[in-house]
Amino acid sequence: MKRAIVIAGITAVALAPFAFNSQYLVNIAMLTALSAVMGQAWNIAGGFGQMTSFGHAAFFGVGAYTAAILQTRWGLSPWLGLPASFVTGGLLGGFIGILSFRAGLRGSYFALVTLAFAEVLRVLANSLDFTRGGLGINIPLKQGLANFQFHNRQSTYALVLLMLVLTTGVAMFIKRGRFGARLVAAGENEDAASALGVDLVRTKTIGLATSGAFTALAGVVYTQTYLYIDPSIAFGVERSIEMLLVAMIGGAGTIAGPILGAIALHAVAETSHFFIDAPGFAPLLYGATLLVIIGFLPRGIAGLGARWSRA
Amino acid sequence: MLEVRKLSKRFGGLQAVRDVDLDVAAGSITALIGPNGAGKTTTFAIIAGFIKPDDGRVRLAGQDVTGWRPDRIAAAGMARTFQITQPFAALTVAENIRVGSYLRCRSPAEAMRRARSIGEELGLGPQLDLAAGALTVAGRKRLEIARAFATLPKMLLLDEVMAGLNPTEINEIIGLIRSIRDRGVTILLIEHVMQAVAALSEHIFVLAEGAVIAQGSPQEIANAPAVIEAYLGKGAAERMQRHA
Ligand SMILES: Nc1ncnc2c1ncn2[C@@H]1O[C@H](COP(=O)(O)OP(=O)(O)OP(=O)(O)O)[C@@H](O)[C@H]1O
Ligand SMILES: [Mg+2]
Repeated sequence: MKRAIVIAGITAVALAPFAFNSQYLVNIAMLTALSAVMGQAWNIAGGFGQMTSFGHAAFFGVGAYTAAILQTRWGLSPWLGLPASFVTGGLLGGFIGILSFRAGLRGSYFALVTLAFAEVLRVLANSLDFTRGGLGINIPLKQGLANFQFHNRQSTYALVLLMLVLTTGVAMFIKRGRFGARLVAAGENEDAASALGVDLVRTKTIGLATSGAFTALAGVVYTQTYLYIDPSIAFGVERSIEMLLVAMIGGAGTIAGPILGAIALHAVAETSHFFIDAPGFAPLLYGATLLVIIGFLPRGIAGLGARWSRA
Repeated sequence: MLEVRKLSKRFGGLQAVRDVDLDVAAGSITALIGPNGAGKTTTFAIIAGFIKPDDGRVRLAGQDVTGWRPDRIAAAGMARTFQITQPFAALTVAENIRVGSYLRCRSPAEAMRRARSIGEELGLGPQLDLAAGALTVAGRKRLEIARAFATLPKMLLLDEVMAGLNPTEINEIIGLIRSIRDRGVTILLIEHVMQAVAALSEHIFVLAEGAVIAQGSPQEIANAPAVIEAYLGKGAAERMQRHA
């Protein structure tokens, strides 16, 4: 019964933007859903496997550049950007995973390594001709379904919503299965997990690769929506923090968490614009929000829900 | 079942394990005893793949497993418990045990069914759906055994699963260990509770300062009072005799 109400509520919220006239509001809804997609993807690594990445922008950026380069350099359909980015994001996750986990890195060491990867990629994208350096890549405007460019924000929103359903489904599937249980075990306690036959390097690497692959998809949608990508948009630390915050605020390791977190974060950010619109205020606000969550709701908004339903 | 030869491990200036030879017969219950800091847990950790030995070999059922990763050793049929219990605190008791079941079983439903039945069997029935972090010491010890047993091992290494328990709880665990052995699982246990060692084990190894200083049946060990007095403290020999 409770479950039915929650599902009905989520569906209503998700479908409401289709009735909005304001493209501004639809855009916010789209960005919120995109945050939720990224948070959900981050959560597979950071929540389930407790691989707290500070550099998930690496995957977002690689996805964005994969799609941008495929169409501007080789004239391939931007739709191909989705599977191609899924692969490049996954490969990058596998690469970072094998390197870090073979070396036994975890916790803040792992966080720093991911941060470093995103920074290195940003510097590379800034200096290579292949990525057009600091100029960034413009995608020529050619609206139409075949070009993965929509005149109407609602269409983009519909696509992102579909991706959110997909990533949420994947997260649920993982969480309920054998792989997910072993990933959670490896995240909780490495010694205990390996004593029970969990191959730590393999399990965590697959978890990070999966997370990276889905994060990269968000990069493709971003590129196709704003038709422009540059190194700091793609690999900037704000993006990494956004994903981490969305998952942690909502409740890391839970399925509903990233969705709740995305809504909460964007609601706070957007309403605060009305009161204070100074540059640098958003990061400050994010920081404060995180502190409040860590201090009062260590298990996020989803944890609050669990507390209520038990009471 | 288990054959350990010339096992050695040094931590900086400390020779924690030196030239240790152990033989554990298939289907037996064997004990490893010795004073605090003797190197018992370190020996277990090497056997189970958590610490690489400086020297020596470990063979499990005829197969050389020296230097293997812990997960491969678990897959090969040897499970261990931790002296300092290591529950997955955020998971329920049943989910904890299921991680062990998953080693030999792919289906989530079947793994859960096996986990619950092992939990029931080990006396964790009422706690199965509680968070593992909420268990008492006795509960955590049972969970350690249940999780390891859920991997369907040929050989089980139990590190002080009775420490901190009251006499009733100890008697229950003794019964559990016997029943696990009766299912064909070979057991090597580290224990300070002499009553349990005497009641359970067919063969005892005594470790002190990293080396095996005596071995034999409980009677033989009890009749080597010098060894017992020297390494387990005054009166230990007499206590063992009483229980044997
Ligand atoms: N990782 C380590 N690094 C350095 N020294 C260690 C390490 N692990 C154990 N030691 C030391 O090695 C010695 C043997 O420790 P071990 O834990 O094997 O003893 P034990 O026989 O299990 O003792 P207890 O009965 O107290 O559990 C101790 O002196 C301990 O301090
Ligand atoms: Mg010990």
